[in-house]
Amino acid sequence: MQIEHFEIMQFLSAHPPFNELPDSAVQQLASEVEVGYYRAGSEILHYGESISNLYVVRAGSVEVYRRNGELYNRISEGGLFGQRGLLTNRKVRFPVMALEDTLVYCIPVGLFEAFCDEHEAFADFFEADDSGGLIQAVSDQADNNDLTTAKVKTLLLRELVSVELTRSIRDAAKLMTEEQVSALLIYDPSKPVSDDPEDDDGQIVGILSDKDLRIKVVAEDLDTNQPVATIMTRELTIVDSNAYVFEAMMMMLRDNLHHLPVVHKRRPIGVIALSDILRYESQSSLLFVKGIMEQQSVEDLAHYAQSLASVFVRLVNEDANSHMVGTAMSVIGRAIKQRLLELAEDELGAPPVPYCFIALGSMARDEQLIVTDQDNALILDDTFESDKHDSYFSALAKFVCDGLAQCGYKLCDGGIMATNPQWRLRACEWQAQFEDWMDNPKPEALLHSSIFFDLDGVYGHTQLASRLSELVAKKAKIAPRFLAAMANNALRRTPPLGFFKDFVLEQDGEHKHSLNIKRRGTAPLSDLVRVHALAIGSRKQNSFERLEDIKEAQLLPPGKVEDLEAALEYIATIRIRHQARKIEQGKHPDNNILPKRLSEFEQRNLKEAFAVLDKAQSYLKIRYQNKAILK
Amino acid sequence: MAIQGDILSWPNRFAHLARQSNDERLRAFYNAGVQLPDTPVSEARFVALDFETTGLNHETDDIVSVGLVPFDARRAYCRDAKHWILKPATPLHEESVVVHQITHSQVREAPDLDTILAELLASLAGRVIVVHYRHIERPFFNQALMQRLGEGIEFPLIDTMALEHRIETNRLTWWQQIKRQPIPSIRLADSRKRYGLPYYIAHHALSDALATAELLQAQLQHHYTSQTELKALWM
Repeated sequence: MQIEHFEIMQFLSAHPPFNELPDSAVQQLASEVEVGYYRAGSEILHYGESISNLYVVRAGSVEVYRRNGELYNRISEGGLFGQRGLLTNRKVRFPVMALEDTLVYCIPVGLFEAFCDEHEAFADFFEADDSGGLIQAVSDQADNNDLTTAKVKTLLLRELVSVELTRSIRDAAKLMTEEQVSALLIYDPSKPVSDDPEDDDGQIVGILSDKDLRIKVVAEDLDTNQPVATIMTRELTIVDSNAYVFEAMMMMLRDNLHHLPVVHKRRPIGVIALSDILRYESQSSLLFVKGIMEQQSVEDLAHYAQSLASVFVRLVNEDANSHMVGTAMSVIGRAIKQRLLELAEDELGAPPVPYCFIALGSMARDEQLIVTDQDNALILDDTFESDKHDSYFSALAKFVCDGLAQCGYKLCDGGIMATNPQWRLRACEWQAQFEDWMDNPKPEALLHSSIFFDLDGVYGHTQLASRLSELVAKKAKIAPRFLAAMANNALRRTPPLGFFKDFVLEQDGEHKHSLNIKRRGTAPLSDLVRVHALAIGSRKQNSFERLEDIKEAQLLPPGKVEDLEAALEYIATIRIRHQARKIEQGKHPDNNILPKRLSEFEQRNLKEAFAVLDKAQSYLKIRYQNKAILK
Repeated sequence: MAIQGDILSWPNRFAHLARQSNDERLRAFYNAGVQLPDTPVSEARFVALDFETTGLNHETDDIVSVGLVPFDARRAYCRDAKHWILKPATPLHEESVVVHQITHSQVREAPDLDTILAELLASLAGRVIVVHYRHIERPFFNQALMQRLGEGIEFPLIDTMALEHRIETNRLTWWQQIKRQPIPSIRLADSRKRYGLPYYIAHHALSDALATAELLQAQLQHHYTSQTELKALWM
């Protein structure tokens, strides 16, 4: 017996996308829907719960929210909701409330999927939905947003455009105009092609951009009959086609590049422009960095930096993973330092000798969050003479460190700042200092200085910083006593698990019943990862990237690296979300979480993550300390 | 027909009727039992029932169509809905055709209630029957079975019209009640409008059943709690 629900059929066939379906399909829908009534103000869908229906508003209206409570959409009669959750992981991504008394028709997911398969127009409707790329999202098995899951190759929409290096500048400009590209790759046909196809770089020798034409040709009144080789940029920063979009974005921001050649197994396959990435960047951490560079005084910069907290919260609410949040915050911090140094040089004049301003600790690891000290130092060229030049660098350091403090980066309690003459050394002195730390590791000294083993050049002659990292990478792995001392340091802070594997919490003081998730979680984890990374001579700074190198080196038993990755991501995510919630509540973000505020599920996962840390620490003890004693 | 005044006795009454009945289909219906009087509405299983008839007198008129929709406090389940057009024992009057638009030719080919009774009773069994205006479905059903089987049928039911009457009366102030101020219309379409429910074509047994189900869901959400017990609603 086929039941004809005339009312429901009539309604559905008057509204897209159901009006595209044949009558028999609408009839089938109408006979399988469930009908639900929701009083105004009641919750229809709750974030994170499982969802198995597509909802059609029959009467009334509903409001759709983002997870942070921001209104996302208002849907009235004939409108649909729930499709996003259905198409991704069948969990509610956007909670829904009834704005008025509302009657909904609920279409079972099985039927929804069958109709997407059978009726193209029906499927197209959901694909073209404003939430974008939904069908794509299904295949990406994504609970993440585009930025974390999209790869660089998805940005390449056209073939590579290149030109021979002997062609004239005018020809190159014509080609760019015809092909409507803002950058060209330049190849040299006489360059030998490698026998190994894996090593074939397509004879690419340089890149030419719109900007080069403007600065090097038009402004200089250069003869456009000259070959492009005279004006091309020879040093290429390249990105692999399998890198994530956000990694490419960070590379461009770090080095202030507008174009990035994309390679597949070293062979160039295209160029992406900053504008391609802008299309992908849903919110404005990218624009925020551009804004930093436009500030004209320390006061302006300090004022501008006040919105850093909201950029952070936005990233968190967009489900960015911890690596991404940490990288974005570090890039922003680096940009602020860079701009401060530019302003300092404007005020103090050009530096008397070359220098490099370096970031240490979490910023160097690309793991900076919102609550952070400034840890920095200066490497000076070997031609530096204290009595002649130090007044300049002392003033420069003061300008930058005070500026950073105004921008919300607290002065370092331990005095690890460029304002401290102890950390304003010539390159050769730094080298001697690092060699001394590694040759004569005294645990107490390293306690203070382990922070120096994550260092990154931020501004100036960054090769001065690279040379130091290189030294550390080469020497540390053959210095067992040093590794043992570092391991010893890494064991000072233990995870907050008691004998019965329950959380050990603060018993008194301001943070009673809480645990410090940085001190007891992320910090000991990154300490531990650093020891392993030093042991294999890895030059990576970021903990996740270090873990990749550690996996490749097969340093740890199978499965252990994966455990550590998961534990680090979990603990870091809890920490990040905690800080974001605090900011949203108008409170000062900190690292003290109250486990009883977490759901049972989260508590269980967190305990498991701490247990991984606990085991990894035991392993660290055995591996490095025993060896050192034997030597 | 005996309408039970003492609601607590419904489960006993069903047990008794199951023993008494001579019809296998009715026995199965009674044996499926009745929802307990203290069942909270959030856990109750309902079925909305609507008849279209040849006229308004259950003594002389008969049923021409039946619509039913199973539901609970959260959802109405269209996939389990049923609808029949039946051949009445008494002829169709012109005026009733105007109301429900079921024509003579449709009923000529339709089955007798007796042939669909097993399926109808199975759909109702174990659920609380919900109607809008209780003076149609129960007396007509009873009478139709009397005619065919020589025995009638009894069951508790929730009347959304009676609930609406109670709700609207309670809204009146003491003074308005003394003055016998009339309450607003409690007809199905008018009642639904007060809860933001859409207009459905009236006098189609299936539409009316769905409309009734939605109305009870709305009444429950607006005027009762999830813990309200069935005995506060049924009659």
